Amino acid sequence: MTKKLRTAGVLTAVALALTACGGAKVGEAEKPAASGGKECGTFNLAVSPWVGYEANAAVVAYVATKELGCKVVKKNLKEEISWQGFGTGEVDAVLENWGHEDLKKKYVTDQKVAVVVGPSGNKGVIGWYLPPWLAAEKPELKDWKNLNKNAALFKTSESGGKGQLLDGDPSFVTNDEALVKNLKLDYKVVYAGSETALIQAFRDAEKNKKPVIGYFYEPQWFFNELKLVKVDLPAYTAGCDAVPEKIACDYPAYDLDKVVSKKFADSGSPAYELVKKFNWTNDDQNVVAKYIAEDKLTPDAAAEKWVKDNQSKVDAWLAK
Amino acid sequence: MASITGNVEIRVRKPHRGVIVGVLLVAWVAAWFVLKGINTLALGGQETTGLHRWLTDQRDFLGGGNAFLDAIRVAVDQLVVLLQAVIAQPSYGRPVPVVGWLGVVAVAAYLAWAFGNWKVAVLTAAGLTFLGLQGLWQESMDTLSLTIAAVLLALLAGIPLGIWAGLSDRVFKVATLLLDLMQTLPTFVYLAPLTLFFAIGPAAATIATLIYAAPPVIRLTAHAIRSVPRESVEAARSLGSSGGQTLVKVLLPMSRSTVVVGINQTIMAALSMVTVAALIDAPGLGQTVLKALQTLDVGVAFNAGLAIVVLAIVLDRVTTAAGDRPWRTASLRRKVLLGAGAVAALVAIWFSRTYVWAAEFPTGANIGSKIAVAATEVTNWVQDVFGGFTYGLRDVVTKGVLNPLEALLTESPWWLVAVVVVALAGLLGSWRGAVPAAVCLGLLVATGVWHDSMVTLASTLLATVVVVAVGLVLGVWTGRNQRADSWLRPVLDAGQTMPPFVYLVPFLALFGTSRFTAIAAAVVFAVPVTTKIVADGIRAVPVATVEAANSVGSSTWQVISKVQLPVARRAITLAINQGLIYVLSMVVVGGLVGAGALGYDVAAGFAQSELYGKGLAAGLAIVLLGVMLDRITQAAARRTRKFKGSRGDNLW
Repeated sequence: MTKKLRTAGVLTAVALALTACGGAKVGEAEKPAASGGKECGTFNLAVSPWVGYEANAAVVAYVATKELGCKVVKKNLKEEISWQGFGTGEVDAVLENWGHEDLKKKYVTDQKVAVVVGPSGNKGVIGWYLPPWLAAEKPELKDWKNLNKNAALFKTSESGGKGQLLDGDPSFVTNDEALVKNLKLDYKVVYAGSETALIQAFRDAEKNKKPVIGYFYEPQWFFNELKLVKVDLPAYTAGCDAVPEKIACDYPAYDLDKVVSKKFADSGSPAYELVKKFNWTNDDQNVVAKYIAEDKLTPDAAAEKWVKDNQSKVDAWLAK
Repeated sequence: MASITGNVEIRVRKPHRGVIVGVLLVAWVAAWFVLKGINTLALGGQETTGLHRWLTDQRDFLGGGNAFLDAIRVAVDQLVVLLQAVIAQPSYGRPVPVVGWLGVVAVAAYLAWAFGNWKVAVLTAAGLTFLGLQGLWQESMDTLSLTIAAVLLALLAGIPLGIWAGLSDRVFKVATLLLDLMQTLPTFVYLAPLTLFFAIGPAAATIATLIYAAPPVIRLTAHAIRSVPRESVEAARSLGSSGGQTLVKVLLPMSRSTVVVGINQTIMAALSMVTVAALIDAPGLGQTVLKALQTLDVGVAFNAGLAIVVLAIVLDRVTTAAGDRPWRTASLRRKVLLGAGAVAALVAIWFSRTYVWAAEFPTGANIGSKIAVAATEVTNWVQDVFGGFTYGLRDVVTKGVLNPLEALLTESPWWLVAVVVVALAGLLGSWRGAVPAAVCLGLLVATGVWHDSMVTLASTLLATVVVVAVGLVLGVWTGRNQRADSWLRPVLDAGQTMPPFVYLVPFLALFGTSRFTAIAAAVVFAVPVTTKIVADGIRAVPVATVEAANSVGSSTWQVISKVQLPVARRAITLAINQGLIYVLSMVVVGGLVGAGALGYDVAAGFAQSELYGKGLAAGLAIVLLGVMLDRITQAAARRTRKFKGSRGDNLW
């Protein structure tokens, strides 16, 4: 029985194959895409794992491919690994760098394999945030001075009887432990360990009206979904964060910048010029991030949509 | 006979030792009240020790150009790129891979039929077609290329190593230690350095997968060789077989089914690395999962995770069928059919090279988005329905069990914990338990992350107890009941290969960011392996033994507790060992959902260059915890029931 079935199966397969002729042939309609402009070659672009960065990368990659005829290779890497790639020649550019003075010292100053090529135009804001419902219900929480009074509100199974201050991914820039100590707050910093966990905590807090206070940052696609409210810490003044253990002030505003490999900078590739001139606002990035994160467009389609609406900005990058 | 004496021995000793253990624990709690908070060796999140800084300095030094490593990198790269060119990526100037989807499905089904049977051939064809229908054909093929490369290399090195370890006691001891290291050292720890050694690209991703995936096949091959009854080997020897002949004619054939279990486990382990390797740009389904995770898109992540599970099930069933197939027995009829099948496969390849519809998977019937929507809806429903209850459960377990255990471990002075643990190890496993425990504890102190280790140990103990309890129940059930096995097996496969990253988001919604979330994730991941090995052991109990017990009128419970479990003792020890190791291998993932401690340290070491050394030390601490717990449990198992059976006994 099974043998007959088997034979029948094979014969059907062959018959099907023989009768199924027809349809377009591979390679018939395909012509290599015409490349305009100067020779660009391969452009290795690091893509870090957050949507805002992906928005930057999508637009730069789209413009480089369409306008400059580059072959863009996107490499999905954590920041630290991307910087390693500068030295070994596997990464040409990083488009959104958050501070990372240690990496700059190592790769720009000491090893001289990377070059900082100026701001991306995005302003980074870091701080402590509340879900909107909580900020509306208890507006006094927006001032850090009232946090101690409400510490019990933020107690969880992880905070050991204190209030819980939720921190995120270990790669985030954070002074929170020092802040809690130096501002004498009755809180414990609990590391969620990932951005995903942090966002989920805020989402859950808003939906189920749970009190949460945690580290967050802008620009961020999540602000399209939930307008988190920032807590005012003691104002930042120049130099107040000079000694990490003694920090008792808010985070500075970060000018996010771009870093490229030395080799890429010296290559005269038009892609390098593009990276150098690339500059846009937080709103621009959030729009593209929204296309990707919420409207589920592919990065390429998201970039195409934005570029069509903002041709003048793109022209400026290309020095047209 | 021997097992009966064993039981008598327990009955005589147990109360005696139980009392001592009880007294010891009470004394510990009393001492904890007095000494709480002294010498706890706590270290702040950003603080490092001299050792950590030294390790950080070594990293770049190790990564310097090296002709030998370069040769390995190039060879592995070539292998992966070749596989990708054949089935996954546009290559050799064509807009599609060398073999399009129809060709891949046909060849895979043909191979499944040729090496297995027609049932798995149908399963293979259906499974692969399903991947295409999910809209993930290319991603799946990228993942498959990487998996094939890693598994091939793992088998190439692993099976001979396993045989060697099976034949030589000394090699076995060294290998066990190294395998513990390979399996428990968190992949995050060597992911970043691997890119220094082997550059960013397929080679580093493959080698990372290989390191994690090779141990099961080595372990199980050695285990299989050691389990061959001594009488068989002696019989072969007395008939004048040489060492080589004994190996080929007796040891290997008799251990084949267990070796195949090892190959399965290696494939599973390789597939479970897909998402982690994506962090260093490994192509394929892992990328889809990680991207979806950035926007907390559970549906899309699940769709990609499901594709990984489907791949795993197909590969598992094909290897199992290949393992069961009697070799060298092809009849003439089958040979003719095989020939015809080969021709059909070739025709399919020709089609897939010629026509677009057979080369690129048609995008029309995209069920992937439907799966994604359904998964999202189910997740939301579960969250809405169980949300309140799960938070309550978490708080009860955390307050009632986890916090007291953790307080006892972290707030006691380190030397008190060390004394108690060594004493317990000595009581349970004599010097074989005490000496490794003392060494591991000493090294744990040296790593500088003692405090975090104790936090992790508390969660690990709790998770392992749950895993072993659940695994024993399910394992006995599936081992005794073929139908239960065939129903449960896909679920177990899914638990093992569904990337934890996929269910982290729902778990976060259910349990919040907490240690409990990490424990839940570890249980999901570790229960399958424990269950499978227990079931394997139960099935291996000779039918005659069970029937003998039945014939004297034993109840089901008596058969299980007096016959099957004691006879399967060695498999159960292995199951506990593997359950423990799988729990420990999830510690880092736990760190990503709020478990903190060692998991967070390791992740931080991967993310921040100045914390690299601390991350490495934390990774080593996880290994040390694993080695220590493993040695204690094995020494205890050895001591409680001594009876001579097969060759491996003296080492388990």
